[in-house]
Amino acid sequence: MSDTTSEPTKVGSRNLLATLEIDTRLLGMIGAFVAIALVFNFWTDGRFLTPRNIFNLTIQTVSVGIMAAGMVFVIVTRHIDLSVGALLATVSALMAMTQTQVLPNDFGFGLNNPATVFVTILIGLVAGTLIGAFHGYLIGFLTIPAFIVTLGGLFVWRNVAWFQTRGQTIGPLDERFQSLGGIGGTLGETGSLIFGLLAIAAALFGLFTARRRKVQHEFPVKPLWAEITLGAIISGAILGFVLILNNYEKPVRVIQREFAARGETMPEGYSEAYGIPYSVLILILVAIVMTMVATKTRLGRYIFAAGGNPEATSLAGVDIRWLTVKVFAIMGALCAISAVVASARLTFHTNDIGTLDELRVIAAAVIGGTALSGGLGTIHGAILGALIMQSLQSGMAMVGVDAPFQNIVVGIVLVLAVFVDILYRKRTGIK
Amino acid sequence: MAKPTDKQTPLVEMRDMQKAFGGIRAVDHVTVDLYPGEVVGVLGHNGAGKSVLMKMLSGALKRDGGEIYVNGQLTDINNPRDARDYNIETIYQTLALADNLDASSNLFLGREITSPLGFVDDARMEAETRKIMGRLTPNFRRYHTPVAGLSGGQRQSVAISRAVYFNAKILIMDEPTAALGVEETRMVAELIDELKKQGIGIFLIDHDIHQVKTLCDRASVMKNGKLVGTVKVDEVTEDDLLGMIILGKNPKESVA
Repeated sequence: MSDTTSEPTKVGSRNLLATLEIDTRLLGMIGAFVAIALVFNFWTDGRFLTPRNIFNLTIQTVSVGIMAAGMVFVIVTRHIDLSVGALLATVSALMAMTQTQVLPNDFGFGLNNPATVFVTILIGLVAGTLIGAFHGYLIGFLTIPAFIVTLGGLFVWRNVAWFQTRGQTIGPLDERFQSLGGIGGTLGETGSLIFGLLAIAAALFGLFTARRRKVQHEFPVKPLWAEITLGAIISGAILGFVLILNNYEKPVRVIQREFAARGETMPEGYSEAYGIPYSVLILILVAIVMTMVATKTRLGRYIFAAGGNPEATSLAGVDIRWLTVKVFAIMGALCAISAVVASARLTFHTNDIGTLDELRVIAAAVIGGTALSGGLGTIHGAILGALIMQSLQSGMAMVGVDAPFQNIVVGIVLVLAVFVDILYRKRTGIK
Repeated sequence: MAKPTDKQTPLVEMRDMQKAFGGIRAVDHVTVDLYPGEVVGVLGHNGAGKSVLMKMLSGALKRDGGEIYVNGQLTDINNPRDARDYNIETIYQTLALADNLDASSNLFLGREITSPLGFVDDARMEAETRKIMGRLTPNFRRYHTPVAGLSGGQRQSVAISRAVYFNAKILIMDEPTAALGVEETRMVAELIDELKKQGIGIFLIDHDIHQVKTLCDRASVMKNGKLVGTVKVDEVTEDDLLGMIILGKNPKESVA
């Protein structure tokens, strides 16, 4: 990285980080997250870092995290999307009406038809993508500023949602649909463990192939011990996460009900844990796919290039207008996925679903290191940003901080985080 | 006088080029040509239309009228991709690099090498970048730094490497040395000589009369969107060139 070091005392640790090729900014964020978690854990006498609370924290983060991943692309291309919360509401309303009224009644699917959930999600995805693409068209081809288009979108889609449901709460939603919300659908202990081991295998394989490719091309590689350390850290983190979620046991009442539903009775002393929720799997999948798009595809390369220098990118033969349509279409699709998770978690569509989400999503992306000036940002950073914001919010709620103060603190943290980021970038000389 | 290029087909011929922005005729019926292994300076004040003329050749601007011939064949250049298909490459003074990307991402921008699965092959692109940059600037090591962190000369060599790597036949250089120091300017001048020897034709947009006298074979001077004239730089003085640029006066009408 930077070869100008002002304090000779820090050379040792910085060299270690450089050898491991770990992004110091990411490390700082993880540090901030750990600090927040420890402070709240101390404050709540150990209630913050229980499997139960960590489980809740992850499922609360999913909806904002998914949209934050898309917001990274939007902000990287020097745009903004103020309509994501409203778009989520419109898609959620559409899907709620589809699965509770249109499909069961008008199309004669009846209740609990296994096809309902697929058709519903498909319709939601198509609607979200089309609305996003339409925003992109207005911004890219008609050159209306993104701020204005999506500010208009905020009014329009919030009220399209209202109009669709006449302001009513719609539900309960389809049972299979509900399982995508969090606690209603999890992998279970064994499934989670298998998933964890597969993830570790994939991560190690990724590290190995990356190294082999570098060796093939005779590039400098980091020392083997650094590679092994990195692999061990990643494996430990994945395994730790899985084991924590596997330690959150289902209440006896819930298990009894499950057995009763199958017409059996629960054996004495039987216990079962939740494991990884499906909604968290969706977030992980979104994170992986979006990271691949960002770093491994031409589309991602052009998104970042356009953020760094739109003129140069268009001189390189990239059609920036189409690029804008694609970026906003992706954002729309992710809003739709978020709408699935958010309404499934509530088990109802409510009229105020997703309210103020646009601000949470933008804040998550920005705390996660996405520069509003464009060209800089990572998917994992934005998701970590969402996690940090959610930790603050639920930690304060657990401690008993009044609601207005919770929001005041979150607002201050956002500004402070960006200020620290500016200082960091000045010192390291990045942009 | 001897005109060794007379019998050759020009590499590029831009005939009767026109471009207007609103009511302003930025380029007004201008004809220029370029032969293989030749450097033609395109001179004029700011706003004389020289950049607009060149941008029509590189496809960055769409022409209103006129014809572009490459190797005697009529072409239809409407965007940067079309221009690239005719091996026309442009080196801009500032515009052409995305500051937040590293050298190899910039070199391959718009023409990434992809694996069979359609993913960009960063390792291979870096290997190619190391090869070509190693030839032009042997001391260059900072392959993983965003180009914002590079010096003016290093940035320029990324841009020049891009042109060389993709087999430019026709090179447009827009004030390639404007942001460079003395040593780096010398390096670019040597590079231009090297490219000439390989038979590449170069349009050089420049303000520096002295530099034009040393680097160019001919110079086309523009004023207010019109071509004042094209002269052989060895046959005119620096004062003659200045007169053409400032007054729009052609010293020897016959030479053009």
